[in-house]
Amino acid sequence: MRIRSSDPAYDLHIEGYNTSHHLGNARKQADARGLDDVLIVDVDCHHYETDNFEPILEFIDDPALRHIALNTYKYKGPAAMLYDQPGYQDVGGRVTRYLTRKGEKIEETGGHREVEQTLRWMNALSVDYACLFPTPMLFLGLHPQAEVEVALARAYNRWITEVILPSNPRLRSMLYLPFNDPEATYRTVNEFAGKPGVIGFMVVSTRYKPVYENAYMKTYAFLEEAGLPLSFHASYHWNDQLTSLSNRFITAHAVGFTFFNAVHCANWVVNGLPERFPKLKVIWIESGLAWIPWLMQRLDNDFRMRTSEAPALKRLPSEYMRDMFYTTQPMEMVNNQEALELTFKMINADTQLLYSSDYPHWDMDLPSTIWDLPFLKEQSKRNILGLNAKRVFNLDISNQFPNGVKGG
Amino acid sequence: MSELFVCNAAELVEGGRKLIANGADQIGVLRAGGALHAFLNVCPHQGGPVCEGLVVHKVEEIIDADKTYRGMRFNADVLHIVCPWHGWEFNIATGRCAGDGKLALKRYPVIERDGGIYVAI
Repeated sequence: MRIRSSDPAYDLHIEGYNTSHHLGNARKQADARGLDDVLIVDVDCHHYETDNFEPILEFIDDPALRHIALNTYKYKGPAAMLYDQPGYQDVGGRVTRYLTRKGEKIEETGGHREVEQTLRWMNALSVDYACLFPTPMLFLGLHPQAEVEVALARAYNRWITEVILPSNPRLRSMLYLPFNDPEATYRTVNEFAGKPGVIGFMVVSTRYKPVYENAYMKTYAFLEEAGLPLSFHASYHWNDQLTSLSNRFITAHAVGFTFFNAVHCANWVVNGLPERFPKLKVIWIESGLAWIPWLMQRLDNDFRMRTSEAPALKRLPSEYMRDMFYTTQPMEMVNNQEALELTFKMINADTQLLYSSDYPHWDMDLPSTIWDLPFLKEQSKRNILGLNAKRVFNLDISNQFPNGVKGG
Repeated sequence: MSELFVCNAAELVEGGRKLIANGADQIGVLRAGGALHAFLNVCPHQGGPVCEGLVVHKVEEIIDADKTYRGMRFNADVLHIVCPWHGWEFNIATGRCAGDGKLALKRYPVIERDGGIYVAI
């Protein structure tokens, strides 16, 4: 694989890309810190469902749509069904695994290539359990045809629960919800709750459906009753009217991944959904952490002046937000560490924060981003890296830690 | 101070690189911009194998005298090495992080002598 430079003399030639080699320094970090003895649950990491897209398309129920999908796929690839948009996640080849990982040689040991490649990075990072999400489907909530989202969501959910998750007990998933169709969303949680490896359900927040619509209430009630978390996974939409003002991917990403979750979170709180579903575990994924103190302060300040507009609330908005859960990545490692420490305090990180790597994406975080924080006690590090997730998802960790785990 | 033999000088042409072991550590040695450079193969960000990354010229904006933007170009005088994990860029001549000058790669002196290349540690 040749990755072009600005001058051919500096072109980078990578032969025999191997995930374990690429992450060799991560393995050294894990060894130096003794992380193999620490429960690490990666609540948000990814695979590329488009690497195996044709088998997923075969799971589409609607025969006419399946026919279109499979034939169009032959010349158009995943864009046959998926909504795509501009994006330069690899920073022009600088983050090399985007170009090389697809050609990685995986030994045919009878396992699924997807699983073998995932286990390679999990072992390098010392991740015990990984909650896998798709990647290009993160834009599917923007697809103009709601029925395509519904069809692909069920096809993907069947594929991952029937093909991928049963193959290894270290793999889990919060399944994709076709949130643009509230009835299909409800059908999805009914059909897949309780299936092996399913630890919750995920809404990609990059869409234009408000979380407070009455049509969703039965889904929230179902999940609350089942004890299964509902997560909101951010992404960006460069054609969004506001984000389209951005002329660089860095801007579209920095604000896009934050704003969609911030808007849905504000709606969730202001409409009093935490009062209606007090036991529903809600997780906000991949917006970083810096937005949370910002939104807490904005909502608290406004709420005390405009209480009548949020009459369901019995506490300050920030107090409801402190009951929610957040994933760590991409953790803004600001130069002012006091800001990060204060953020951890404001969100009750000790009990509410869940480690996520987002691997293999370009802004992935290693477990050392938590383990090396000087202001955290060891128990807090253990909580954030895995014990909080064990509690939230009611995880059985006996296959990785048959004798239990320290601090747990 | 001791020296580690890297390779014969002829093996390392412009744009070439070698990784050598220094105990448990790796040191990357590159010939770029007409000079030899050696860095610890650990990015100060999250520890990525920075010496295995793309070498590419610095990108800069073209701003006209009237302050209007006219596009981007590579600066042929400034070479960066980019950590392949996250894209952090470092000026090869100084080792300084392009995005945050307070951070830098760990550098080692490189000696080219009698047809051989050595790193001083």
